Amino acid sequence: MFIDPHAHMISRTTDDYEAMAAAGIVAVIEPAFWLGQPRTFVGTYVDYLSTIIGFERFRAGQFGIRHYCTVGLNSKEANNEELAEGVMEWLPRFALKEGVVAIGEIGYDEQTPLEDKYFRAQLALAKELQLPVMVHTPHRDKKQGTSRSMDVCEEMGIDPSWVVIDHNNEETVQETLDRGFWAGFSIYPSTKMGTVRMVELLKQYGSERIIVDSACDWGISDPLAVAKTAMLALKNGIPAETVRKVTYANTLEVYGKSGQIQESDWLNPPEIDQRTLYEGNSILRGGREPRIEAPGSRKRDSLIIE
Amino acid sequence: MSEKPIDLLHHWILRQAKEQSAWFEERVNALAEGAPERELHMVMGLAPRLLGKAELALSIEDLSQANGALEGWQPEGLSIDGAARIVALTMYRGERPFAEIFKDLRRTADARELVALYRGLPLYPEPESLAFEVGEGLRSNMLGVFEAITQHNPYPRLHFDEHRWNHMILKALFVNSSLANIVGLDERNNPELARQLLDHVHERWAAGRGISPEVWRCIGPYAVEVGALDEFEKALTGEPREQAAAAGALARNPSPQARSLLAAHPAAAAKIAEHQVEQANISRNEVV
Repeated sequence: MFIDPHAHMISRTTDDYEAMAAAGIVAVIEPAFWLGQPRTFVGTYVDYLSTIIGFERFRAGQFGIRHYCTVGLNSKEANNEELAEGVMEWLPRFALKEGVVAIGEIGYDEQTPLEDKYFRAQLALAKELQLPVMVHTPHRDKKQGTSRSMDVCEEMGIDPSWVVIDHNNEETVQETLDRGFWAGFSIYPSTKMGTVRMVELLKQYGSERIIVDSACDWGISDPLAVAKTAMLALKNGIPAETVRKVTYANTLEVYGKSGQIQESDWLNPPEIDQRTLYEGNSILRGGREPRIEAPGSRKRDSLIIE
Repeated sequence: MSEKPIDLLHHWILRQAKEQSAWFEERVNALAEGAPERELHMVMGLAPRLLGKAELALSIEDLSQANGALEGWQPEGLSIDGAARIVALTMYRGERPFAEIFKDLRRTADARELVALYRGLPLYPEPESLAFEVGEGLRSNMLGVFEAITQHNPYPRLHFDEHRWNHMILKALFVNSSLANIVGLDERNNPELARQLLDHVHERWAAGRGISPEVWRCIGPYAVEVGALDEFEKALTGEPREQAAAAGALARNPSPQARSLLAAHPAAAAKIAEHQVEQANISRNEVV
């Protein structure tokens, strides 16, 4: 069983859901994010949040995958002050919806003053509502931006054990772990982490507070990244317990602090959920072995993502 | 004199909420006395966290009281948090028209909230003003939301015009939702619906697909009028469930044509009693 704790399923196809279920992914967390172009109305942002807490959750359930999300104002759109102010007004209501496991993904893009303002405002909201936080670390000036993200979390009085610092790499992981935060790694071709490098990191750092995700979205990315990393790690002699923690149990531990995600959701779903939101997991039902079965032949035979 | 439906619901929640009943009672009183709208949002959000998500425990007597308070109101299968959301919304005294408050809640609702909001339809003030909101719910792709409106709920029978009623029935068939739990199914039946369903039967047969045996119940009363006797004849020699359903529907059509068609298929007619037992079982398939 795997959980993909960072997957923008709203951008993915039903083939992906089928392949994920076949590969053993039982749950996904969909962070609110940037859609590839800016939203220009508060209302479109509201409807987006409403989709990820509503219809996408339902859609995932039809493939036997449990769907959770994080809500937040992403760093890019924080730079549109009018939009940002509007979104901040609506955000508290969304934060208390069923299946919302954190405030996120929030943080920095270009590290502007407006990004800083809304990052802090959302950390305050997370603290008030007692929710974990998923932090997006920037692509550019990454090392400094990652340190700064953690500085601000500490300044705002957030307990690091409630915060996942995501999109780590070899340069940022040591500090993230040393300061007591969770370290997310996004296995995303070309721009973020690859599976081979991830296996090396697991050899070096083990499983403590490390989380693997796919961050799959509208770009060239792989919804099977978590499952592929797990298989490659096992092939390379990483202990099964380590693999289980970084691809499943750690996610449950940190996001479970929200009270909105627990193992019984997919192992023993309430009848009412089975009728309305979740049609049951084909793997658990059929007792089949998980298998990597991506839709395109391009992906089918390779465990390597570069 | 029987109690109002909303008071019954309120009472059932308090009965079951145990140590959280004081919280709920205090919040509902505040809402009734003009607390700001954000207080309503908080109560809606906190209901499942504080009251849990268990099914509302209702006795046969409770259900009969429900029907006495509002004919056709079937609260079975409601959850305690869903019931609490309905009561909170109904008791809230805001400045704005009810439909606007409802719209705001619907726009930001998760699936469970949507189900609760729509199950509450028969209990709200200004029910006619919710026509647009109900349309949004009927168009939902989430089966649970659609069924919150269509099943165990007297609102459609009371407030839908014929066009909306008929499209509700057609969509129910399209999404494999049982017709048996639709309140007023026979009472609101009409020849236009029978014609639409006959077209539906033709379309399904042409595509080599099966049809729900439940369609015959709605076509039956107008079988002669819409020219469905040939189709009934085919169904009377179809698979057993279809035979039983078609025979049961024809048995309630008093026309000589229907009677002689049924008389010509005694094997199908013999299955009617069996089919009625099955119908009763379908009715147990509740939503929130």
